[in-house]
Amino acid sequence: MSRRLRWLAPLAALPLLGLLAYAFRTDPRAIPSPLVGRPAAVFTLTTFEGAPVRLSALQGRVVLLNFWASWCMPACYDEAPVLESGWRAYRERGLVVVGVAIQDSAEAAQEFIRRFGLSFPNAPDPAGRLSIDYGVYGVPETFVIDRRGIIRGKHVGAVSEAALRETVEPLLAESAG
Amino acid sequence: MSVPGRSIAGRVTRAGPGVPRMARLAIAVATAWIVSPPGAPALAVPPGAIASPGSSAGQIAPVTDDAVTAVARQLRCVVCQNLSVADSPSEMARQMRDLIREQLAAGRTPTEVTAYFVARYGEWVLLAPPMRGFNLVLWGLPFVALVGGLGLIWRAARRWTRHVAVETGPVAAIDSADRQRVRAELDRLVD
Repeated sequence: MSRRLRWLAPLAALPLLGLLAYAFRTDPRAIPSPLVGRPAAVFTLTTFEGAPVRLSALQGRVVLLNFWASWCMPACYDEAPVLESGWRAYRERGLVVVGVAIQDSAEAAQEFIRRFGLSFPNAPDPAGRLSIDYGVYGVPETFVIDRRGIIRGKHVGAVSEAALRETVEPLLAESAG
Repeated sequence: MSVPGRSIAGRVTRAGPGVPRMARLAIAVATAWIVSPPGAPALAVPPGAIASPGSSAGQIAPVTDDAVTAVARQLRCVVCQNLSVADSPSEMARQMRDLIREQLAAGRTPTEVTAYFVARYGEWVLLAPPMRGFNLVLWGLPFVALVGGLGLIWRAARRWTRHVAVETGPVAAIDSADRQRVRAELDRLVD
């Protein structure tokens, strides 16, 4: 390399450094869901109590579809009371929380429901069909479905009280039309 | 690439023929890679493994394990670190393999089955990024780096051989006094 162009060598490393700087600032686990903005896939589940839960029957309400597992420690244990209190606080205004226990045994999942006194519908996900259909890759994950049945957001990790409030409030204010 | 040998003689004998050999090797490796890229989607499914779309509803036609594995190998196990759905022992991967088998049995093509997963998980779920758009940078960059590296080696090799010519010049031109002194000092070293 000629002496005149020698200063170009460190310059060539700049794009690479820029790429690394950008990449290290992003969360490698935060993978955007292609489902956001699209109609939520319809499902029919049967709760642990044997009651049917149909998404189509929940049209017109804001749905928090929460995927959890009793072995998901501590995130699912952190958010279970938040979901329960959120459901109690907003159910009158049209919020439904639907819990789906994935890759869990019925006994362990029911013990979890008892432990936190969960009163919103919770159902197992036999053969993992619903979690695959929603592109779930871990627990907890929560899909936010608006009154028109469109997936408006996906929350990865434990839902905090503030996050629940900030997500749900504006959607409850929307009309179902 | 390190300088091959410090002596003038070493530079002359090693740098010369060494570079084309390296280049030939690099080209051979690159050619092999183009012909068969690592992690290339294995879409080959044995004929007859998939039920025809017209098969009667409710009847699950047999799908070979190879056909399921061919699809599962292209998909990232979503709960693992760098494992395909075919290789992972996890519960979720097993459920995904069951789903692949079921969809193939229902008459879907392997491409349609992978598209099903991409629609839900994004392109992230594919172990080999598709060769289009920005991904082309990903596929092309190794070749650019290879060509650039070969170019640098070629330039460096030219510089080494040019230096040899410059350095051998003055050596031949030393006067007899210097020559005698070098000889005397060499003799002393040998003793």
